[in-house]
Amino acid sequence: MRLPAPNAILGGTIIGVLLVCALFGAVWTPFDPLKINFAARLQPPGPVYWLGTDEFGRDVLSRLMAAAATSVWISLLTVTTAVTAGTAVGVLTGYFRGWTDRILMAFNDALLAFPGILLALGLLAVIGANKYGIILALGLAYTPSVARVVRGTVLSLREREFVEASRVMGNPEAFTMARHILPNCVAPLTVLATSMFGWVLLSESALSFLGLGVPPPAPTWGNMLASSRSFIAQAVWLGIFPGLCISLTLLGINLLGDALRDKLDPRMRGV
Amino acid sequence: MAESKLLSVEGLRLTVARSRLEVVKGISFDVAPGEIVGIVGESGSGKTLAARAIMALEPPAISRTAGTIRFDGQELTQLSPSDLRRLRGARIGMVFQEPMTSLNPSMLIGRQLDEGLALHRKLSAEERQTLVLDMLRRVGIRDPEGALVSYPHQFSGGMRQRIMLASVMLLQPALLVADEPTTALDAVVQRDVLELMVELTRARGTAVLMISHDLSMVARYTDRIIVMCKGEIVEEGKTQDLLRQPKHPYTQKLLAAMPRRLPAREIPPTATPIVEVRELVVDYHGRQGFFRKEAGKRALHGIDLFIKPREVVALVGGSGSGKTTLGRAIAGLLNPSGGDIRYAGRSIAPPRSEGWTDYRFNCQMVFQDPYSSLDPRMTIGALVREALRQVPSMSARDKAERVHEVLREVGLSKDYEDRFPHELSGGQRQRVAIARAVVRRPAFVIADEPVSALDVTVRAQVLDLFADLQQRHGFSCLFISHDLGVVEQVADRVIVMQDGHIVEEGSRDAIFDRPQHPYTRQLLSAIPALETTASGGVRLKWRLDAERVAHSSVVA
Repeated sequence: MRLPAPNAILGGTIIGVLLVCALFGAVWTPFDPLKINFAARLQPPGPVYWLGTDEFGRDVLSRLMAAAATSVWISLLTVTTAVTAGTAVGVLTGYFRGWTDRILMAFNDALLAFPGILLALGLLAVIGANKYGIILALGLAYTPSVARVVRGTVLSLREREFVEASRVMGNPEAFTMARHILPNCVAPLTVLATSMFGWVLLSESALSFLGLGVPPPAPTWGNMLASSRSFIAQAVWLGIFPGLCISLTLLGINLLGDALRDKLDPRMRGV
Repeated sequence: MAESKLLSVEGLRLTVARSRLEVVKGISFDVAPGEIVGIVGESGSGKTLAARAIMALEPPAISRTAGTIRFDGQELTQLSPSDLRRLRGARIGMVFQEPMTSLNPSMLIGRQLDEGLALHRKLSAEERQTLVLDMLRRVGIRDPEGALVSYPHQFSGGMRQRIMLASVMLLQPALLVADEPTTALDAVVQRDVLELMVELTRARGTAVLMISHDLSMVARYTDRIIVMCKGEIVEEGKTQDLLRQPKHPYTQKLLAAMPRRLPAREIPPTATPIVEVRELVVDYHGRQGFFRKEAGKRALHGIDLFIKPREVVALVGGSGSGKTTLGRAIAGLLNPSGGDIRYAGRSIAPPRSEGWTDYRFNCQMVFQDPYSSLDPRMTIGALVREALRQVPSMSARDKAERVHEVLREVGLSKDYEDRFPHELSGGQRQRVAIARAVVRRPAFVIADEPVSALDVTVRAQVLDLFADLQQRHGFSCLFISHDLGVVEQVADRVIVMQDGHIVEEGSRDAIFDRPQHPYTRQLLSAIPALETTASGGVRLKWRLDAERVAHSSVVA
């Protein structure tokens, strides 16, 4: 067994720390992330408030930790939604082709033409801005790209002789899809899902930044970044720390995604 | 004597830079002016790398660690890159394997041919044009003026390889390196291109270094043969002597691996056919868009055939003859537009009817490419076991036992069961594919080019295994192949196809010894065969010599 690549270790560490913070932040934070304390308004980072306080005197570290829990949860659920729906559409259209494929894919391409965030904005305006609204809106917005990737993979897989071999053996279509098509889609799906986790995190932050995310006072990295804008001259730490959290997480996810792909593909395993 | 050599390679060593693995281990050989030398070896023998190293065209991952290469009195290894470039094309020409990719698809043929001349010769545009047209006419392009303003995709593979040959021979090089020049082509086209190559080079006194895995083809056209194995030259000699008295065990093994005819087997003439195909028609419909519908193409025009129990029927024909389509239709992988396929007296249509289920259970298939016919994510054991999934009467224990048994039968030990396909060699993978096909004890097996992706010696082993299993389990077989040598070895009966029609059908001996249809004759005359002599050596056998004259369509 060879050692994992250095960027896999780095990515894994970053994501590991994020997950621990998110789990931890859901249960305990140094201060109450929602408690307003006007006496301690806009404190710079120091021994008591490690990362300073915001315009209401709330502890930034506590809020970042609580936000991590929200963000990770939203992103995970969104990616799961998009991957499940997209894979189902992609496998079915790619395997059976024909008219359903043509109609579904035309619709899919139309959706792809919209930027994901714009689509989510529109959907949110209808559904309403709350945690599950965001998950549903972003999930739907990211489904078309998953469907595209999966369909493409399935199209090339179904021409492979092992899929024909399965048909010659008399296996039902559903079995062939589950046993031979799906597992061979896992590698591209993993890479897509990990990078999508990053995009969703970013989109969720952007939505919050625009005021359409999780409603205040609940903290998310996006709305923290948004509210920091008015104080950027007096309290630069208010913007820096949420921003750093977003960037580091994205970096970690991308590193991990590449490493995962190498690992999941049996052909990449050392002989 | 040294002066009479055109190319002289000495102590050439090539190493994979990263792993320090030596792939060519100090080989020496030379080529005299005008001589045709063949380098023969299986994949991994280093033959292609050695040839590429002559022009310093080895891939970047591989470096030359020792050796000298003298060409026409010049030491090539000492030349600067710009001097080397002047030599390439002008003095040493090269023809590659893949005619589809060796011509630039976005450049007119005329420009591509002109490029080399303009680079290496000081001629006016008109003079160059005349030369190009002459050469195109000489390689047998029907409308040379039209060809100048055509793109490569407008020509077939064989025509492209002719154009490639023309572009190389235009510069009248002293040496032509041909790396598997016709492997990608049909047997008939292959012979035409090779004959053209030999004729052109003879006329200009160009020496040829021909690299191939196909011993019988090399034997037919070369003066001298070099046999390579695992990076070393194991034997070298005049073609006839080497064939007659191979000294090295590896050469003997290569020659022994050539397919040969075995005595015909008895198939009871009265036996009722197990598989019958009647009036089978298959159409490929054209592209369908929202607003347009392109015309389709009829791939099979009413095929009738039957296969008796225990019989091996070979389906032969060039590419585009419809043999693979027919195989896939009989396997039930595509829906025929007309006609009927009957198994044991019952029609297999419609899907999921009783006849269909019975057929599915009893008909299995071995595919051409062992790299793509095995699911890369499943272990060997799981792959073979999957074929038993639909068998209701077997317990899990019986199934596991059957898998062991079948893997043993195909010569794979028990510890292969937990391995993945990518850990196996091509030959081993094809053994797994065969195991998967026979594990259910089918009555009928369709084998679509099962050995054409394999090396010569491996091919012989797999064919033996197949014959052995067929003998033991007594299944009927439809054997689809373009390789007549292989067909001659395995088939009881042969069906020849051309353009979606069956043109001739008969027992193996009748087809090979007394072919009636012109297309069958053409196919047979295109492939040279090797014949074992009493002394244990091998002699080149020409099939249907008289036909050769009629088909040398190339204008001298």
